[in-house]
Amino acid sequence: MLKFLFNGLLRDKSRSLLPVIIVTVGVMITVFLHAYLTGVLTDSIEVSAKLTTGHVKVTTYGYEQNSSQQPNEFAMDDVEQLVEELNRDYPDIEWAERILFGGLLDAPDSTGATRAQGNVSGAGVRLIGSDAEIERMDLQTKLFSGRFPEQPGEILMSNDLFVRMKLAPGDVVTLISSSMYGDMAMYNFTVCGTLHFGVAALDKGMIIADIADIRRALYMEGAAGEVLGFFPEYYDDELGLQLQTEFNSARLDKEDAYSLVLTPMSKAEGIDFLISYSNYAGLVVILIFVFAMSIVLWNAGLLGGLRRYGEFGLRLAIGETKHEAYASLVGEAVLIGLIGSVIGTAFGLLLSYLMQHYGLDASSMIKDSTLMMPTVFRARITPETYFIGFIPGVLSTVIGAMLAGIGIYKRQTAHLFKELEA
Amino acid sequence: MKRLLSWVVLVPLTILSTAQQFPTGKSLIEKVDKNMSANTRISLSRMEITTSRGNRTLEAKTWTEGDEKSFTEYLAPAREKGTKMLKTDEQLWIFSPSTDRVIQISGHMLRQSVMGSDLSYEDMMNDTPLLEQYAATVDAVEIRDGRNCWVVTLTAVKPDVGYYMQKMWIDQERYIPLQIEMYSKSGKLLKKIEMTDVKRIQGRWFPMTMVYRDMLKKGGGTRMTFLELQLDAALPDGIFTKSSLR
Repeated sequence: MLKFLFNGLLRDKSRSLLPVIIVTVGVMITVFLHAYLTGVLTDSIEVSAKLTTGHVKVTTYGYEQNSSQQPNEFAMDDVEQLVEELNRDYPDIEWAERILFGGLLDAPDSTGATRAQGNVSGAGVRLIGSDAEIERMDLQTKLFSGRFPEQPGEILMSNDLFVRMKLAPGDVVTLISSSMYGDMAMYNFTVCGTLHFGVAALDKGMIIADIADIRRALYMEGAAGEVLGFFPEYYDDELGLQLQTEFNSARLDKEDAYSLVLTPMSKAEGIDFLISYSNYAGLVVILIFVFAMSIVLWNAGLLGGLRRYGEFGLRLAIGETKHEAYASLVGEAVLIGLIGSVIGTAFGLLLSYLMQHYGLDASSMIKDSTLMMPTVFRARITPETYFIGFIPGVLSTVIGAMLAGIGIYKRQTAHLFKELEA
Repeated sequence: MKRLLSWVVLVPLTILSTAQQFPTGKSLIEKVDKNMSANTRISLSRMEITTSRGNRTLEAKTWTEGDEKSFTEYLAPAREKGTKMLKTDEQLWIFSPSTDRVIQISGHMLRQSVMGSDLSYEDMMNDTPLLEQYAATVDAVEIRDGRNCWVVTLTAVKPDVGYYMQKMWIDQERYIPLQIEMYSKSGKLLKKIEMTDVKRIQGRWFPMTMVYRDMLKKGGGTRMTFLELQLDAALPDGIFTKSSLR
């Protein structure tokens, strides 16, 4: 039967060529779009993870409850020991301590009086003695001028703020912020370099210094606001949620603001939507293409049905049942869907591979973006990419054929010979 | 009917006569000001701050002239030693010895806590006489710390005051507030101050201990105790200038 249908399709090109082309194009776009969306969304999630949230984040419960305020009064003590424990319990995850803070940067004039001030949001990360955070946060590509801190007391700041405050490399600035105890803390830094992030929120007033300096500045010796955990590759929500359950059942006590809590990235404020959207992006693409292609293939099926009106009449007249005729039409559709899906997936994968390998440099388009996005858009081929196109490819041809084939059931056997004579 | 009439006439008369026994809010606040305000003041104080992270104790010496000018030098602990604060009419300056910088505190920084306490710099800066900012009414008589107090409600008459409403419990004999509550416009209690250990200093009654509580914080409040207090004392020349900060 399969061979019969296949031969039929091969011999009657007008029955198969247009639907196969439609399915191929549709599947190719589906596969490419899925890989592209997966790539851009995954990279956006990874950029956010590396810069701010980590794949998972360990904080105190009090800090987590007020996380938007970066409340360092709820910072964790004895962080070195905590990181040791985390490395022991979760050896596959890389852990990094960070301190986030807000404050004011004050530049003095020659007499020591305030010459310029700017609001800043800052991060204390390990910059001296290890390049891990520089690589993770991709700071090398963001370094606009100068160099990374090499000595204690050196600071990197956003180039926009640097220009606005009319600073020069090597200038001393005073950070005014809140200590871990809630009082005002002041600390002098020397500007050693400037950064350009391409994200408006960060370029407005970001400063980054070595975590040891920030600890001294904010009286946080041995403490940190957050310990971020990074999975070996991309964020895995299932693993994140599993870690959350495991860690929190052992450490979290909601009555104690200083008990520890692990938050996976999908539960982090502002990122949860992106991850949910990313999870459903494939489904959205498939639904759109199943719908659009079904309409096109329905129309193609109707045209084909009209053309094959006589053929079906004859087949019914010589004794083939309506069910058999309808089933053969649907069977042909399955074959067309499969053939189109294979070709479309091959082309889609080729395009996706090129986009994954070379990427699209969008830095000029998103230079003042308010979102943390990658500057180079890349596709990402995942195991799903290999079969995702088959769902709209086969489903739409079958739905199209089923809709178009309904006409078979409306034929009256009694009138068939009259129709054929005519 | 007679009974009803007598209620209608007598009850308002009783309320009226009780109300007439209350002094006016304005006269009470003026008496408090007269008792507590000195031309100059030199104090040595201890501030015990109880936060959710632990306790800290600071010691400071303060020179004050009227309500507008004050100069504070922190003496302990070692981390804060040498930190100086100067408050003039409308400005607040802070000197940090670790940075060797004099910085003006302004804008949103004024809302920060003073040395991690329950007091904000904005609280420190507010030196406008109460009667210029608030309309005062005496509402009731209540007992606080075993003493009869007038309960005075202060409602803002200006839009830019720090607290829309304040309630004060004023000692009827000594004319000092024993408790102050500060509320937002929505009626939320923001801060609470309790004054205890009232002593007579140079003919004036003065609370030697004040406990400040920022009701939005989870800590246990800030206890400020005057270890030494001199009223109307001579102040060093030029102390309220920026040059005295270094």
